[in-house]
Amino acid sequence: MLRFILRRLLLVMPSLLGLLVLTFILIRLVPADPAAALAGENATPAQIAEIRRQYGLDQPVHVQFVRYLGQIARLDFGESAYSRRPIALEISQRLPATLELTICALLFGIAVGIPLGTIAALYHNRWPDTVLRIISVGGVAIAAFWFAIELQMLFSMKLGWLPLRGRLDAGITPPSPITGMLLIDSLLTGRLDVLRNALWHLTLPALTLSLGGIATITRFTRAGVLDTLQKDFVTYERAQGYPAGALIWKFVLRNSIVAAITQIGLLFGSLIAGAVVVETIFDWPGVGFYTVQAILTADTKVMLAVTLLIGVIYAVVNILVDVVHGLVDPRLREQD
Amino acid sequence: MLVLKKFAKDKPAVLGAFIVLIVVVVAIFAPLLAPYPGDAAASHLLLRLKPPSAAHPFGTDNLGRDILSRVILGSRGALAIALLVVGTAMLIGVPLGLIAGYSRGWLSETNMRITDVFLAVPQLILALAIAQLMGPSLQSAMLALTLTYWPFFTRIVYAEARRLSASLFIDALQCIGAGTTRILFLHVLPNCISPVIVRATIGMGFTILVAAVLGFLGMGATPPDPDWGLAISESRQYLPEAWWFSTFPGLAIFLTVLGFNLLGDGLRDIVDPRLRRSR
Repeated sequence: MLRFILRRLLLVMPSLLGLLVLTFILIRLVPADPAAALAGENATPAQIAEIRRQYGLDQPVHVQFVRYLGQIARLDFGESAYSRRPIALEISQRLPATLELTICALLFGIAVGIPLGTIAALYHNRWPDTVLRIISVGGVAIAAFWFAIELQMLFSMKLGWLPLRGRLDAGITPPSPITGMLLIDSLLTGRLDVLRNALWHLTLPALTLSLGGIATITRFTRAGVLDTLQKDFVTYERAQGYPAGALIWKFVLRNSIVAAITQIGLLFGSLIAGAVVVETIFDWPGVGFYTVQAILTADTKVMLAVTLLIGVIYAVVNILVDVVHGLVDPRLREQD
Repeated sequence: MLVLKKFAKDKPAVLGAFIVLIVVVVAIFAPLLAPYPGDAAASHLLLRLKPPSAAHPFGTDNLGRDILSRVILGSRGALAIALLVVGTAMLIGVPLGLIAGYSRGWLSETNMRITDVFLAVPQLILALAIAQLMGPSLQSAMLALTLTYWPFFTRIVYAEARRLSASLFIDALQCIGAGTTRILFLHVLPNCISPVIVRATIGMGFTILVAAVLGFLGMGATPPDPDWGLAISESRQYLPEAWWFSTFPGLAIFLTVLGFNLLGDGLRDIVDPRLRRSR
């Protein structure tokens, strides 16, 4: 198993290194003169020259690249041009909020998607299947930013049932961060008022974010269940008179879930990308909101740090998916 | 013919084809169909933020422009962007995939590693970073979308070409002395074109969606373009009173993308024999 994991780790290394090269090219070579870009519009030639020297931009490209690698290895992404604070610190403060949102959206997507997919497969080619297919294709066709705004308009502005933005009401002081995820922290400190309020705030953003996930999970669960239903052992169990509900629950679902696991892993990446949009609309103080701020203020370093971070998360999730696969299906381990 | 019959039975796919057809027709005849074609740029401040009525079925926006007209005119931009982006991405991605799949050794390896790098980050994030660095404009948004979409084609074509390059008829062609270019473009390419078409169809919808996000975040179309994403972003200040301002452009995005996705989904079921079994 350890060899399996190590092999997977080695396999992602080239693409992560490539991502470093790509971000380096973007940050150093795309602006015609990065020093002038850093110095701002009103800088004098002397100031630009000073910045060029200060950032090592007068060095040959390969020296600059090695320097860049060294900085990344020390998690030194520099300072945000906007807040003048270290980027690594700002990201670490915002990451828990994003993880809380994406994990909740993912769990919600699984809780809804797996039953829907099973229903679609059981009613294969009959009307519930057709309806669910249109819904699941529709789920990925909705622009999340639009859906979020419509939800806000209906549930927050018109009906006033759910809060419009943020993670907590202004009057509530959060417990001092332990994990940074409010749901967990409030449970650990026994602050049920915070838990309720946080859940209340989480509902709309998590719902919006889970939409694409529900669609994808429904689809792959359906395909998996359909495949399993055709297996001989299912026919055998049926012939034995095994109750249908228990058969689906105990045997079919377990055997169908492998394909869905891959998709759930891949989904996590797209959920993080979706968080960029959703966090912006709900003023959710996470990494996505931070990214958009960086884009609007042309804060290049922050953008590239976030791009790298998401690349790493993506790679880690993919490895985890492979490991889970290997655990569920020992045949995959043998292949290596 | 058998394929057409099969397709006709697939109701969601037919619905998708129908929606796509309507959107394309609307886009082609947009200036004729729009009740107020001048409202792409004009403004009528006396008419601002009027709710839907007989004269303005979708209401008017913050500058008094007819939203129905702008939604109709916006279909042109959305389709044009998607066609250009997906078309260019295909032109880059397909040949690279052919070469990587057919050749062995460093050429193939380098090619696929570069592809992996682009696939290592969600497309939206990379596109945002590239669009921002090149300066926010519609051109850089389109370039960013193209630069981040070609790897999807390379990956698909690579897998197909790799599978085909081991097949007997390719061996036979090599034996009778057919040139590499000839084999690649006359024999390998036609055999892997169907998954490419499926991907391109779904890619059209996907690109419209991502382009709308870029427009919404101020990284794409600029005012006074009748862009759908931009309109939704402009509408946010006037909610919840002017609900029609955000609702109709969003529905336009939804229907268009739904059409392409349903169509692509139906095409995939026809093209991919592995999935066909399960239907």
